[in-house]
Amino acid sequence: MNIRSMAAVLAATVMLPLGAAHATDLEVTHWWTSGGEAAAVAELAKAFNATGNKWVDGAIAGSGGTARPIMISRITGGDPMAATQFNHGRQAEELVQAGLMRDFTDLAKKEGWDKIVRPAGLLKSCTFEGKIYCVPLNIHSWQWLWLSNDAFKKAGVAVPKNWDEYVAAAPALEKAGIVPLAVGGQAWQSTGLFAVLTVAIGGKDIYQKVYGDKDAKVAAGPEMAKVFKAADDARKMSKGTNVQDWNQATNMVITGKAGGQIMGDWAQGEFQLAGKKAGVDYTCLPGLGVNEVISTAGDAFYFPVLKDAAKTKAQEALASTLLDAKTQVAFNLKKGSLPVRGDVDLAAANDCMKKGLEILAKGNVVTSTDQLITQDTQKQLEDLMSQFFANTSITAEEAQKRFVAIFSKAG
Amino acid sequence: MAAHTQPGRPNQLFRNLNSKIASIPMMLTAVVIFLGGTIWTVVYSFTNSKLLPRLSFVGLEQYERLWDTPRWLVSIQNLATYGCLSLIFSLTIGFLLAALMDQKIRFENTFRTIFLYPFALSFIVTGLVWQWILNPEFGVQSVVRSLGWTTFTFDPLYNSDIVIYGILIAALWQGTGLVMCLMLAGLRGIDEDIWKAARVDGIPMWKTYLFIIIPMMRPVFVTTLVIIASGIVRIYDLVVAQTSGGPGIASDVPAKYVYDYMFFAQNLGQGFAASTMMLLAVAIIIVPWAYLEFGGRKRG
Repeated sequence: MNIRSMAAVLAATVMLPLGAAHATDLEVTHWWTSGGEAAAVAELAKAFNATGNKWVDGAIAGSGGTARPIMISRITGGDPMAATQFNHGRQAEELVQAGLMRDFTDLAKKEGWDKIVRPAGLLKSCTFEGKIYCVPLNIHSWQWLWLSNDAFKKAGVAVPKNWDEYVAAAPALEKAGIVPLAVGGQAWQSTGLFAVLTVAIGGKDIYQKVYGDKDAKVAAGPEMAKVFKAADDARKMSKGTNVQDWNQATNMVITGKAGGQIMGDWAQGEFQLAGKKAGVDYTCLPGLGVNEVISTAGDAFYFPVLKDAAKTKAQEALASTLLDAKTQVAFNLKKGSLPVRGDVDLAAANDCMKKGLEILAKGNVVTSTDQLITQDTQKQLEDLMSQFFANTSITAEEAQKRFVAIFSKAG
Repeated sequence: MAAHTQPGRPNQLFRNLNSKIASIPMMLTAVVIFLGGTIWTVVYSFTNSKLLPRLSFVGLEQYERLWDTPRWLVSIQNLATYGCLSLIFSLTIGFLLAALMDQKIRFENTFRTIFLYPFALSFIVTGLVWQWILNPEFGVQSVVRSLGWTTFTFDPLYNSDIVIYGILIAALWQGTGLVMCLMLAGLRGIDEDIWKAARVDGIPMWKTYLFIIIPMMRPVFVTTLVIIASGIVRIYDLVVAQTSGGPGIASDVPAKYVYDYMFFAQNLGQGFAASTMMLLAVAIIIVPWAYLEFGGRKRG
């Protein structure tokens, strides 16, 4: 967590006691630690402190992979925080099953969450056996292709409008000494890229059948073979990337060293930070320009069961604050993500964000992989995809066979 | 003590009572934490525990999946390659350095410090440093290319086939200093007279080392072997810092597999099965050997 947001949180907490006589401290853990993220968290803290309670920030550095084990061990170890971030989906599934998370069904009914949260799938992924256990906060979508206009100008080809044009332009980019597609070395990046390809090339139904229903027959079918062929193209295009982190790969696109990157909309923050303008310096293609859809990944807050009555009450206040229209706007503008409410005004959003909002309004959404597959399956896919992308001796057919094997056993 | 021994055998239990009481905490730690933890892990490796440990047994399912996973096989292969080479090279290089150091050279202290210095760095730091050195864009490759050999290629960390050697280089750089120091201590423990006798008999120096000194240094070699071997089995941080298992899964090691499946994949059963296999491998190698080595001595 950086100093700026710390200062913001501190300032908010100092101002507060004037208004509230019995402020309750709530510790909230999350893994938002980059500059833009911390600024967004400060918005949440400010809004929550205004309700007369006190937000105690528990940022854990090192991204979700590092933070989640810490959060889980605190909850299972009997030292729960008052609220914690997870990606909505199956990450907290077992904690809910074990009865460690608080049920918010009553509050949800009272405030009519089912009417305001959009798309409805978000709330569904918070629901377990008919009860609501989390509060969705924002939508982050994976389905974006970011292209560097400079790189294509240098290579002397037009900026592609869809995946096929992009693949066709790859040789020209290579000739100009540009890596056509930047893919960072971390496993989750190639795995996410593959899911994006599945939606774009295979289509929504195929994606839903494979990832959602774990249909091994479809996974072995000709449509998925096409997706693997595209992944093979992507693998060839990504040769020479040689960076690990996603933002380093994004930086290659920003500086024109790479033609493009398939990455979630969090990459947009990097373009903004570098002072690049959507449409002028870079182009964004949702759904790779083939299938304009958005996957509804994102963040949600879960509330562990607490013994303290005052804190339990304050948890409710926090839950309503998170879904409040004003908080949604303030938070999501800073975070670069889309709000979970359809009835808020985002006039300040940039072109790419507006494109996303439009698609969302049309209802062209797919459920994110986080919501469909367990962390275990995710890890197995990561092992497969990272090996596939790093090692060209594995053919697309071989990879598909292993892909089928993973899904035939997935729960 | 003599007065105590007079009226028959004293109760063995109460001999050195103070020290026995003092060692109770450590014994408890050993039994409860080490042994208890080990047994717990093995038991739960037969369950389908996901995020939370659950006692629902599934037999050998976790093990079947484990040996069916390409990543686990790659990591075992890597450990074997890395282990053998690391053992051979660190012992050879360490001994050679120590033997050279033993030639009554000038500035011995300085050299010893230089060679031992990398050992003061953690594996994480070592890994990061070597990641930069071996990076084709900043490291050795770019230096050689800037000297004129423009087609020179040296990027072990980005080549699946040789990445494990890139890690080996870093591990040797870090670890040989310690081996050298241990060996040097062993060499210094050899009586001067042995050397004099060998010289009188006209035995060449390399023969003296090979056939007289090294057999005499057996205990030192055993100690060194234990230290190196334990370092090999638990290798994790160096890989994480240098390649984080990549490219792809080419430089994966068992410890990383265990950690990833326990904490990232939220599949405790799978992680436990993998760690039990690690324990089994260590036991198969170490136990008979330790029995021969230390059990034999007690009798003699």
